[in-house]
Amino acid sequence: MDKASLTFADVAITVNVPAGTRIIEISEKVGAGITYGCREGECGTCITHVLEGAENLSEPGVLELRVLAENLAGKNDRLACQCRVLGGAVKVRPG
Amino acid sequence: MPAPPPPPPADPAAPPGLAAAPSPGAVEVREGLHWIGALDPGLRSFDVILQTELGTSYNAFALRCSAGVVIIDTVKAAFTAEFLARLEQVARYDEITLIVLNHLEPDHTGALPALLARAPQARVVLSPRGLPMLRALLGAGFDSYDIGPVTTGHSVDLGDRRLSFFTTPYVHWPDTQCTWLEPDRVLFTCDLMGSHMCDARLFDDLVGDFTGAQAHYYDCIMRPFRSFVTTALDMLEPLAPSLIAPAHGPILRSDPQAAFRHYRALTGARGAGRGAAAGGRSLLVFYASAYGATARLAQAIEAGAETEPGVHVSMIDLQAQELGPFADLIEAADGIVLGSPTINGDAVRPVWDLLTRLADVETRGKLGAAFGTFGWSGEAVRLIEARLQGLKMRLPEPGLRVKMHPSEAELAEAHAFGQRLAAHLTGRAEAREVDFAELASR
Repeated sequence: MDKASLTFADVAITVNVPAGTRIIEISEKVGAGITYGCREGECGTCITHVLEGAENLSEPGVLELRVLAENLAGKNDRLACQCRVLGGAVKVRPG
Repeated sequence: MPAPPPPPPADPAAPPGLAAAPSPGAVEVREGLHWIGALDPGLRSFDVILQTELGTSYNAFALRCSAGVVIIDTVKAAFTAEFLARLEQVARYDEITLIVLNHLEPDHTGALPALLARAPQARVVLSPRGLPMLRALLGAGFDSYDIGPVTTGHSVDLGDRRLSFFTTPYVHWPDTQCTWLEPDRVLFTCDLMGSHMCDARLFDDLVGDFTGAQAHYYDCIMRPFRSFVTTALDMLEPLAPSLIAPAHGPILRSDPQAAFRHYRALTGARGAGRGAAAGGRSLLVFYASAYGATARLAQAIEAGAETEPGVHVSMIDLQAQELGPFADLIEAADGIVLGSPTINGDAVRPVWDLLTRLADVETRGKLGAAFGTFGWSGEAVRLIEARLQGLKMRLPEPGLRVKMHPSEAELAEAHAFGQRLAAHLTGRAEAREVDFAELASR
């Protein structure tokens, strides 16, 4: 199985995860400060800054792009309930 | 121009004494700018969380420019008829070219559907974050209107006037924005700087004393977003308006700069501890203890945290004092650790009372942790952690649970726990690496 690593900068922890894992599956278990509302890509609550490794995340879909735009997200912001870590290393902090 | 129709009748729901007060028609604020809002003297509860014994007003405005008429915000739905009656005193619906929505909460958009039905040609502008809320409000009708987002730096040329927009999110919803009118130098701040106070005299130099109402509004509505309030004030104060028009309560025309200073003073720290004052970090260790076991853990955690340079630690017994002042302390603190025994499968009431109060202050991003002893089951720690996560805190260390009275080894573990928490505050915490499988039990 392909592996990836996901680092949460605000709680100083790196988790080795299977490729394809979404940030939402991990962040609450390690106490990171990313918060969730609808948990299904509509509300924008879980906007997360990607500090490193944005290229290792799955591409955003049309709805995620709209939610990010409406919430004035920066170019390295993603929805933690949507994006998947595909490989390599990704480092994030709450948005 | 025909004689204006009589003003709307006084609110029959108003308490005795207030019902007899005459209700104004449209009121001129500046030449060509009229208040067309609504008075709600009978309101006694706002947003569930705020008692409003002085009632409130919903301030909406009609602006006549050479390029047409602009409507700035509307009113709560129950007051649609009087809003429209006041609007009709100063403008025809076919003259309306622009509707500005500074905030999508129903007390300001309740009359929007009725307004749009009468002025479907008007362009509607709002913050981008307000779009989902407007979609929900208008439903299938959303696509039939001319709706566009605006952000800081956008402006609309209205011939002899100009409106510019300032994105000021989270004062107090994601969608909030402010609007600036030139050359009149009028700032529409919506809920920011508002007060729940109903007074038909409308202007701050004419109404009764509203400082208490404004402070209470800030405490209940804005305080949880304190950092966003100060950011908004930093953006708006340099505009040096000649008049500030919030969407509730008195219009601030007597001394807008003083109004800014007064509002900024409300955001000031109320419970800054020694740690914050000295430029370091502050950690508060709260506990309740039935037989002294959780208290011993608290002492060990405090001692461990104290070993980290630059962190000031306070230990506070929740049973010994009133909980009210603790919200102030937590607002100023960088981290909190909450200790509770597990009694009847739950954390104890003083801990829940404290956690309830934390909705009043800005907790996002603060460090949180939980600990406690138990005899049978030990649910309290996880319940506390879940609430702290719900308060948008970061919890870098899993909670510490000890059965019965802590042994020397367990006290050493608590000491190390405190040390690690303090290191997370200073940024000196050791980075950790775990495998996904290890998280299965969390």
